[in-house]
Amino acid sequence: MTGLSWRRLAALLRKEWIQVFRDAMTLRIIIAIPIMQLFLFGYAINTDPKNLPTGLLTTDHTKYERTIVAALKNSGYYNVTPLATEAEANEGLADGDLLFVIEIPPGFDRAVDRGESPAILVDADATDPTAIGNATAALASLTADIQRDLPPIRRAQPQTPPFQFVVHARYNPEQLTVLNIVPGLICIVLTFSTLFVTTLSITRERERGTMENLLAMPVRPVEVMIAKITPYLTIGYIQVGLILIASVLFFQLPIRGSIPLLLAALGLFIGGNLALGVLFSTVSANQMQATQFAQFTLLPSFLLSGFMFPFRGMPLWAQWAGEVFPTTHAMRIVRGMLLKGNGWTEIAPDLWPLALFTLGAIGLAVWFYRETLD
Amino acid sequence: MNDRVIDVRNLRKSFGARKVVEGLSLQVEQGQICGFLGANGSGKTTTIRMLCGLLVPDAGEGQCIGFDIIRQAPLIRRHVGYMTQKFSFYEDLTVFENLDFVASVYEMRNRRAAVDDIMVRMGLADRRNQLAGELSGGWKQRLALAACVLHQPKLLLLDEPTAGVDAKARREFWDLIHDMAGEGLTVLVSTHYMDEAERCNRIVYLANGRIVVEGGADQVARQSGLITFEATGQGIDNAARALRRMSGVEAAAVFGHALHVAGTERESLERAIRSFANLEWREVEPRLEDVFIHMLSVKEAAP
Repeated sequence: MTGLSWRRLAALLRKEWIQVFRDAMTLRIIIAIPIMQLFLFGYAINTDPKNLPTGLLTTDHTKYERTIVAALKNSGYYNVTPLATEAEANEGLADGDLLFVIEIPPGFDRAVDRGESPAILVDADATDPTAIGNATAALASLTADIQRDLPPIRRAQPQTPPFQFVVHARYNPEQLTVLNIVPGLICIVLTFSTLFVTTLSITRERERGTMENLLAMPVRPVEVMIAKITPYLTIGYIQVGLILIASVLFFQLPIRGSIPLLLAALGLFIGGNLALGVLFSTVSANQMQATQFAQFTLLPSFLLSGFMFPFRGMPLWAQWAGEVFPTTHAMRIVRGMLLKGNGWTEIAPDLWPLALFTLGAIGLAVWFYRETLD
Repeated sequence: MNDRVIDVRNLRKSFGARKVVEGLSLQVEQGQICGFLGANGSGKTTTIRMLCGLLVPDAGEGQCIGFDIIRQAPLIRRHVGYMTQKFSFYEDLTVFENLDFVASVYEMRNRRAAVDDIMVRMGLADRRNQLAGELSGGWKQRLALAACVLHQPKLLLLDEPTAGVDAKARREFWDLIHDMAGEGLTVLVSTHYMDEAERCNRIVYLANGRIVVEGGADQVARQSGLITFEATGQGIDNAARALRRMSGVEAAAVFGHALHVAGTERESLERAIRSFANLEWREVEPRLEDVFIHMLSVKEAAP
């Protein structure tokens, strides 16, 4: 009586399978939403913004000024407007009206002509590093472009550049890499779509009145849990497939690591979320409560997993809190495997916490599962 | 001793401060159909749930189909068929899928054959592939009954199985219950319908978590000490209204062409009906319904 029974488990699985796949509407939503989110987030988080508002500060209008401004505009990243005072420049940066202030120092012309290679100061608002990353990177090639437009005397001395751009990243000197976002997004989208589906599983049985019947029958709690999770694991894999294909096709994401290992790791991640959903469902009195539990989990998964902010930049307590969420570990695994080509040894430190989390969630769900109506 | 399928003593159960069952003892013999009656909230459902192990009693002891109701609840579940008050099978599964699920969960041998048999017996074969949610009340109830008896339980616990079902379906349902009782199945059924109560071998009437009366239908009527007069003639509706306010009259109600007046004190009752000499009076057996309404009002009067 106390042992598990494969026949009972098979019966429960069959039942859950039919119920999940017969509900066509929910199924369509489950498949469509992650793809929609990927595109929404993927395009909303523009990694290569152009036409950024730029202020130009000059004391004396130089003969090279026009050439430099034209080159900046032609790069597509800078939308240059002249400024009158330095106070205006500071205010513009602080308010967010300007992302860049380009300052050409006094006596610039003479310094260029003498071959002193003077500096042009570029003040950048680095609060959103991804926003300015490509624009600042483009400056280097601008120097070469401008050199072509210089008078022959200056062109004859290619060993010393006519001038230099000195970028001063204000507010946030550390900058993020751009490819971080889509791999992180994969984990966030999966957290979204998998956590909620099982969150409703047990409360639904309770609210429809079928729980009383299920309890009256000789089924074991673990059997119920496994049966609730398995159909959605399949759906989770369909989502993973679609998301990876879409990421490669539309966001040019590289997959440098082993695909089977990546799928195995993601399976564990999905399993963890589904188990957490079942746990929420078990401890909740109704579907509303269960949904709220899931929502409370989503926000920290967003904020503390390293998706929104660089993980290393967070305060220590936030990093510790972040370690609790499966999304954090999945994000490291996925980023590492896609971008760095990480393998088994590199992802192991994040794989076992995922496994532990999944087992823990199922264990707790079984522990909280009441076999009577008390 | 062994043919007592249910034998429990002093069951108690409260939810918070509310005492739902207060010292209930019940014995039901094998093959008996025992009717469970009482107002809403009198403890019928709670008692049934304690008997099948879905609720743990706060106090009390006893056995159900030979297993201890406290220590061996999982074993009881395996051998009891429990039909819940609300339809509790899966509306998004077909008739066959529901029954097949139940048969597999009970790890039945020859699952397919057993499911086919029960569908034929309950007349569900034609609806095999219909979704349970699309069935009418009567058919849902049949499906639920089929699912409850599929694993050949020794005891059937039915919690208001015929609520919201039409008269014909109710009649057929009770015929099935009697057939199965004839084969040795013991049935405990709760109901609000008096005609159904009359089809039970034994009635147990509950009020405030205690048994008030029990016995056969006629015994219960006699035990109540209720005296009933029936009148026919012109103006029974007005007479009923007037009589209800007179002392000694507990109930005065019109059923079709006849007025029933009931009370416990013969003298004052006779005095009351004498004011309506134009009607034709005769003493009759008390109706079960009058008996129960009488008991309800007694309960309300006593603290």
